[in-house]
Amino acid sequence: MTDKTQFMVVDEPFYQQQGNEVALYEAAYAARLPVMVKGPTGCGKSRFIEYMAWKLGRPLITVACNEDMTASDLVGRYLLEADGTRWLDGPLTTAARIGAICYLDEVVEARQDTTVVIHPLTDHRRTLPLDKKGELIRAHADFQLVISYNPGYQSLMKDLKQSTKQRFTAFDFDYPEAALETAIVVSESGIDQATAAQLISIGAAARRLKGHGLDEGISTRLLVYAATLIKGGVDARDACRMALVRPITDDRDIRDTLDHAIEATFAQAS
Amino acid sequence: MPDSDRKDNDSAAWRQSLDAYRAALACGFPQVGEVFDDCMHDALTVLSPAGVSAYLDTGRFLGGMGRGVEPVLTFLEEWPPIARTLGEEALPAIAATIRELSKSPNAKAITPFLQTLAAVARRLPSRPQIQRYLDLTLEFAARTTGSIHGIHQTFASPGLPEFFAQAPTLLDNLAIAGLRTWVDYGIRNYHQHPERQRDYFSLRSADSRAVLQRERHGTLLVDHERLLDLYLRALWHDSAQLVPYPTDGEQSPPATPYYDAGGIRLPDVLDEQHGVSAIDCYRAMLAHIAGHRRWSQPMFADNISPMQRLAVEVFEDSRIEALVLRRYPGLRRTFLALHPAPVEGDCDPQNTSCLRHRLAMLSRALLDAAHGYHDAELRKFVGHFHETMAAGDSSSEEIATLALAYIARTRCQSDQLAKVHFADTEIAYRDDNRHLWRFHERSDDEEMFDEHRPTAEVAEPDRLPPRHYPEWDYQSESYRPDWVSLYESLHPAGNAADIDRLLEKHAALARRLKRLLDLLKPQEKQRIRYQEDGSELDLDVAIRSLIDFKGGATADPRINMSHRSSGRNLAVFLLLDLSQSLADKVKLASGGEQSILELSQEAVSLLAWSIEQLGDPFAIAGFHSDTRHDVRYLHLKGYSERWGDLVKGRLAAMQAGYSTRMGAAMRHAAHYLAAQKAEKKLLLVLTDGQPADVDVHDDRLLIEDARKSVEELDQQGIFSYCISLDRKADEYVSDIFGRRYSVIDRVERLPERLPELFMALTR
Repeated sequence: MTDKTQFMVVDEPFYQQQGNEVALYEAAYAARLPVMVKGPTGCGKSRFIEYMAWKLGRPLITVACNEDMTASDLVGRYLLEADGTRWLDGPLTTAARIGAICYLDEVVEARQDTTVVIHPLTDHRRTLPLDKKGELIRAHADFQLVISYNPGYQSLMKDLKQSTKQRFTAFDFDYPEAALETAIVVSESGIDQATAAQLISIGAAARRLKGHGLDEGISTRLLVYAATLIKGGVDARDACRMALVRPITDDRDIRDTLDHAIEATFAQAS
Repeated sequence: MPDSDRKDNDSAAWRQSLDAYRAALACGFPQVGEVFDDCMHDALTVLSPAGVSAYLDTGRFLGGMGRGVEPVLTFLEEWPPIARTLGEEALPAIAATIRELSKSPNAKAITPFLQTLAAVARRLPSRPQIQRYLDLTLEFAARTTGSIHGIHQTFASPGLPEFFAQAPTLLDNLAIAGLRTWVDYGIRNYHQHPERQRDYFSLRSADSRAVLQRERHGTLLVDHERLLDLYLRALWHDSAQLVPYPTDGEQSPPATPYYDAGGIRLPDVLDEQHGVSAIDCYRAMLAHIAGHRRWSQPMFADNISPMQRLAVEVFEDSRIEALVLRRYPGLRRTFLALHPAPVEGDCDPQNTSCLRHRLAMLSRALLDAAHGYHDAELRKFVGHFHETMAAGDSSSEEIATLALAYIARTRCQSDQLAKVHFADTEIAYRDDNRHLWRFHERSDDEEMFDEHRPTAEVAEPDRLPPRHYPEWDYQSESYRPDWVSLYESLHPAGNAADIDRLLEKHAALARRLKRLLDLLKPQEKQRIRYQEDGSELDLDVAIRSLIDFKGGATADPRINMSHRSSGRNLAVFLLLDLSQSLADKVKLASGGEQSILELSQEAVSLLAWSIEQLGDPFAIAGFHSDTRHDVRYLHLKGYSERWGDLVKGRLAAMQAGYSTRMGAAMRHAAHYLAAQKAEKKLLLVLTDGQPADVDVHDDRLLIEDARKSVEELDQQGIFSYCISLDRKADEYVSDIFGRRYSVIDRVERLPERLPELFMALTR
């Protein structure tokens, strides 16, 4: 049996509740319903799951999905060894065996045939057939499947199948309200309230440009980066340009506009 | 001239010297006598003795020229101020220009030339600059003066007097190099049309303004519309149509920004001002207007006097700015730089209306804490203002009360005077506040901005409005903006059965094509490697994996590969030249004759049928032109239409007529093709002659334009290919399409060659 403790979240991650999502998640977990978290990049999806795992005291196994990922990468495979073959459980199988929360991050990135293997785990069966090994795993009573999904940048080609979508309960995340986001930035980076509020207003300006040349607005994560730089003694305007503007765009007009927003927001004296 | 001077000079000696000068001028016009006194007095203060004699010499020449009194009169009056700007050494060059003009049929233009020369000199205040202006003038005269039989210049240049009249305005907006380009354009395009030439040089024609716009200095709004739109969205969560208004100095007073239901109006061009870049000036205007849109509430103006309104507007503007700066404190630097700083005491309340000055000072003081004004009333109200604002956002109503109190406290008798102090009171980035006022009663003494006057609906002919396309002028290496008007319409329909009949005739050919098509049909497979499960073993990877395994390392199990078929990803556009030459007949090898039109119909039908078999997205259109004002673009088949009776019917009704203006049609076709989502885009042009039109005398012009449009298409990722039926095409077609063309010498073989060519191209 795999060592459960290595997957435990030991320290409490900082998570600022936006609504009643914590209570709702607890209810979903109590019924062992599969959960999908949606929302733009860097709005706190992964942090939320980590926090919930800590709060519920469950081990958390995270898989970052990519387009080369195959079903075997999730389920497990036989390895060739000098004296024969050995079966190695994939992360999904491990989670099902030990009763962990299995978090498939950015699940649309994985090839569509891959996502199908999770189907039997997500309905009343709660089983995982291992074809190659000829084994049927019954999921541990504490096992729960969570996927994250960013509807923002998906192309026509990348979307979850209806049959997959309809197996999950879902949380729709968005960037937090200005006051809440300020509190998050303050608590994550330790800068003062006023500067944090200025950062948030720049973030809000950029988010309004979504669809006008920006695919995604400035994420809370980037705002925290900028605040961290400022805290470290970098000039506020330099920090914003470096952490907020340069990463998200190569479009000259947008860059100029956001640079101007930074100049306009931070008075010369600062 | 001050009276005292005259008294001093009013001696016999002065009279005597004046008579001597008058004799040197040797000009008997009585009108000259009336002004000679003043002119000489002016001249003597500016010019050296040598300069005075040169002045009189030139005057004598102008008087003796036999063109009446006006030239000499204008010169006598204008020269002293010009000499003050340029120095008297500039005279020989100017005199030479005048002599040159007097020798040509353009002597009538001398007076307009002299009339605006002073204004021109102020804008080109150095001799090298004015020399370039004079050279340009002479070149202009030489190139536009008409001649009979090509020997003697006999007709005066029609545009020259207009040009002189406009020169100061032009130089307000253009550098001398820009002026040269503008003039050059006008001469090249209109030197055979006196009327249009006059329109062009008097700035009445549309392209004259368009070229002026292109050449002018400064930052154009149209170039930065997106940037400003993003600004408005990002910082103000607002969006509106940005509409430029002209700032060519013809309007007086100059317009200010404003907004109404139609959008935000901004000047079409701005220069850097007070160290603030033009784009930041635009942003300041937008910030101010966005502030109004967010925080201002309209008020009723009926019971408020114009002066009170002025004060309310200044207070409200300041309130808006205070709120803007609360959000974006970094804008303070821009506002401070753009806001005038009126000097206290600049305006004398004894004889001038100081209201504007007072309010501008107040406005400055509200914006700039370090204003340094001493006026007690002003300081008190600045204090009141800040107290009011400290409580929150305040409101238009509340701030208006404050403004009315201020006006009541500071009113003075002289405010009513007609002489108003304007210096330093214009705040250019603020709008005209028309949104702030509502009227119970309709005013009859002011312009009603918001009123919509019904305009007579002009019955439009049943076609889409034209699309304008530029045309490349190879001589000046520039585009002629919006030069060609292209009308798009649906091709009239005919009898589809005709096309079926043509296809039947080529049944044998169709069968042969079918075999070729089957070979072309999408079947390429793409290999996907590194698969754990796949259709085949990938030997390379398998061997590598085995080596790893034998070596004791963990073997990679992804040793299979699979295949994916990738379809043809190609969009095709066929553009047909429907010009008159298509009606020509060709002799067939079998005897008899057939028109090229009919052969084209057969060929296009076969091609369309072939492409339909392949399943590539495909569109057909035809074009012909009757001058640049009427290029007709006829829609035959769209991408979403199937190759059916409807399309066949249109094809059957194809007719030949007019000329071939290829560039505009290609640009229009490209805009449809560009919208297609395909990896490869192919534009086939089927033509039977070189690009030409009845209003173009230069053979190269449309060829060069077509070449340019092919370049543009290349940049858009569109591959253009020409199929020419003109045996002499080799002379020009390679200039247009490079090596991407085929000439079909035996036109009667077109029906089989066209589909073959297409297949060869897309194999």
